[in-house]
Amino acid sequence: MIDAVFWFIVLLTLGSAVTVVLNQKLLYSAIALLFTLFGIAALYIFLWADFLAGVQVVIYVGGILVLIIFGIMLTNRISTVNISHTSVQRGIGGMAVLGVLLILGIMILNTPWHQADYVEPTQTTASIGTLLMMDYLLPFEVASLLLLAALIGAVTLSRRAE
Amino acid sequence: MDSLNTYLFIAAILFSLGLFGVITRRNGVAVLMGIELILNSANLNFLAFAKFGGMNMSGHIFALFVIIMAAVEAAVALAIIINIFKNFHTINVDDVQGLRQ
Repeated sequence: MIDAVFWFIVLLTLGSAVTVVLNQKLLYSAIALLFTLFGIAALYIFLWADFLAGVQVVIYVGGILVLIIFGIMLTNRISTVNISHTSVQRGIGGMAVLGVLLILGIMILNTPWHQADYVEPTQTTASIGTLLMMDYLLPFEVASLLLLAALIGAVTLSRRAE
Repeated sequence: MDSLNTYLFIAAILFSLGLFGVITRRNGVAVLMGIELILNSANLNFLAFAKFGGMNMSGHIFALFVIIMAAVEAAVALAIIINIFKNFHTINVDDVQGLRQ
């Protein structure tokens, strides 16, 4: 049963990812990206990362996707009925990407990955919080500075020049 | 189903799709969507290694930082794209070649 759910989620994620890169209508791509992001959040739960699954839904689906749809709406005229966009050189690009995938696949199969025994954690959020405040305090503060810089930068960039 | 290689292959396919989007799409926003797919596949790898490497929580921290960076990148990139649209009246990345009009 759980296997069927897992493969259904994988199929949903990869299928909508294909739609994201192949569909010629930009808004359809954005909606397909929604399903991809939800599928990845579900895969996070299979990986016992419940907190990150929540973060994924809140930030990606609630923030980034809305930003992307804003971008689509702001960069097309209302009179343009079909918000479409074309792809170029799909053949060459597809072959190059298949080559990359082949190399990645061979690498995955041939590398002896380090694996250790694992037990299901009783809590993940508490350990993430402890790590953020102990071992990763400096990166945490740098991240907040980065967010502030991006906030000011985005406002300055998109303000109408006098 | 519950093996490291399964997740690595899913992430590899997702990465290839994102790369395909980045190199074949001509619309700036669509290129951004490809980049999001690539970042997500990297996150999937981080969490898979975290689980199968003995439930190491450092992988979760790295995934969290990748998500923060993706949010920052999306905000700044969209501001730039909107500026390009204002100046060039197109966001076709092939048409935007001059540094000034």
